[in-house]
Amino acid sequence: MTAATMATSTPASADATSGQARDRVFWGVLMLAPYILVFAVMVAYPVAYGLWIGLNFESYKALFADPIFLRTVVNTIIFLFVAVNLKFLIALFLSGFFVQQRAWVRFMLVLFILPWAVPSIPTILSFRVMLNPENGMINQQLFQWFGIMEGPGWLTDPTLAFASSILVHIWKSLPFWTLILVTGRLAIAQDLYEAASVDGANKWQQFRFITWPSLATLYVTSTLLSMIWTLGDFNSVYLLTGGGPGDLNHVLATLGIRYMRNNNLDLGIASIIVAMPLILPMVWFMVKRLSKGAE
Amino acid sequence: MKRLLDEGKLILIAIPVLIWTLLPIYHLFVLSISNQESMLAGKLWPDQPTLQNFQIVFKQQHYYLTNFWLQLFNSFLIAITTGLLTLFIATCAAFAISRLKAPGGRSIMNFALATYLIPAAFLAIPMYKAMGTFGLLNTRTALILAMVALASPYAIWVLKQASDKLPKELDEAAIMDGATSLQLFRMVYLPLMKPSMVVIGIYALLLAWNEYLYAFLLLSSEKELPLAVGLGLFLSADDAPWNLLMTAGLIYAIPPAVIYYGFRNNMVSGLTAGAVKS
Repeated sequence: MTAATMATSTPASADATSGQARDRVFWGVLMLAPYILVFAVMVAYPVAYGLWIGLNFESYKALFADPIFLRTVVNTIIFLFVAVNLKFLIALFLSGFFVQQRAWVRFMLVLFILPWAVPSIPTILSFRVMLNPENGMINQQLFQWFGIMEGPGWLTDPTLAFASSILVHIWKSLPFWTLILVTGRLAIAQDLYEAASVDGANKWQQFRFITWPSLATLYVTSTLLSMIWTLGDFNSVYLLTGGGPGDLNHVLATLGIRYMRNNNLDLGIASIIVAMPLILPMVWFMVKRLSKGAE
Repeated sequence: MKRLLDEGKLILIAIPVLIWTLLPIYHLFVLSISNQESMLAGKLWPDQPTLQNFQIVFKQQHYYLTNFWLQLFNSFLIAITTGLLTLFIATCAAFAISRLKAPGGRSIMNFALATYLIPAAFLAIPMYKAMGTFGLLNTRTALILAMVALASPYAIWVLKQASDKLPKELDEAAIMDGATSLQLFRMVYLPLMKPSMVVIGIYALLLAWNEYLYAFLLLSSEKELPLAVGLGLFLSADDAPWNLLMTAGLIYAIPPAVIYYGFRNNMVSGLTAGAVKS
């Protein structure tokens, strides 16, 4: 706009503005360059390379012939469904707890975000040691208090080990999503609740007709984002059980790495490409949504 | 009476939540002050709390801890370098996209967002392969580059949003006065963006400090490893000295927790606001 108005004034300032415009383009491109370089070298090139390796049809035949892969696909779906829904139901409930205006509740929130603030390696390893069937604290305590000689095989029983991974995942990511929903709840106007309680609405009706309609969009977006990230959760499975016992409890995020460590790169890449039809629509939707929200 | 009842209900929720949240962290701490015997007995509190584990870790007196200080240094080096590089790249990119409206800026932003959303575990294998082609495997440079590539997209996005909120009139006035783009960057943009830049620098630093998978894939020699993977080495034996593992893990967990709580208000609002826009 300034360029247009000034261009009509004097030749000298027209030169100055077009000079400025050129200067903007020059610096704009130059300042984008470092990221473009990083993206090209570290993301675009590897992805292109991976897709090229993934063109080998034989890998998919081998992949679908591998019982571990089929088991992993089922595991991944169960993991996603259970972990994400359970996490969000708890987060929704706890966000109602943490919006209470009390000093001790606010202090508790500080402790509550610890799992998010502390790196996952030591805490997941702590879970692993704690859940050790023989010497772990949990089973030792079960023995001391209840005389249970052989406590549950938290990490050795296939079903329990899988459930333990889901619990560790929830432990780690619950604080973040609870905070998100707390932020959402705090944005709801308080007088809505006051008006409702004057009209005699009970707690459930207040939730049903005020809280939920206001939170629904946030809840759905968050669930979607959490699904994508849960799909990529390598640590909760690998560091707790290593995908065991007996490779029964892998998810796609750990299986690809396992193939690769066994010098089977093609299968690793193929297992990732197979997951793309699930991931890319969600990513595409979220990119649209986030870049629209930013405008 | 009703108030008291409400308070009671809240406390009934609070107790299990606290136990659930703190148990693994408490366990980490208890083991770090337990001797072998109390640890194997799974005691809730050791018979004789001891600081001996810390002594062993600091003096590197165990096979798994031979490179403890070096690995701790590696963790710092990788985290700080990643933080600074990401900050530089993302600040420049956000300025170019948001203030200079650089050609192609929008598409770059979308590519970056897609990179941010695709789970890192799925990019790891292709990136590992590419690092092999570049001849960078088993160097800390490889890990730093990977972490910068993973941290930059979110960094750019958060900084771009913060930058979009700065009033346009500032730029227009500066441009009227004949300011060049570089002057605009230095004198208008940077001073106003400082608070967001602190959050983003810390975000990238913590991301690199906490990373396990990429470090574990890209590095193999024990002298190049960050502490995160050094801790993972304990898993190779069944009768590993867990109390030493937990001690080293506690030391490893302290710097990020301190940073987190030191900048808590900025971090929580900065990171949660960016993550989900409703």
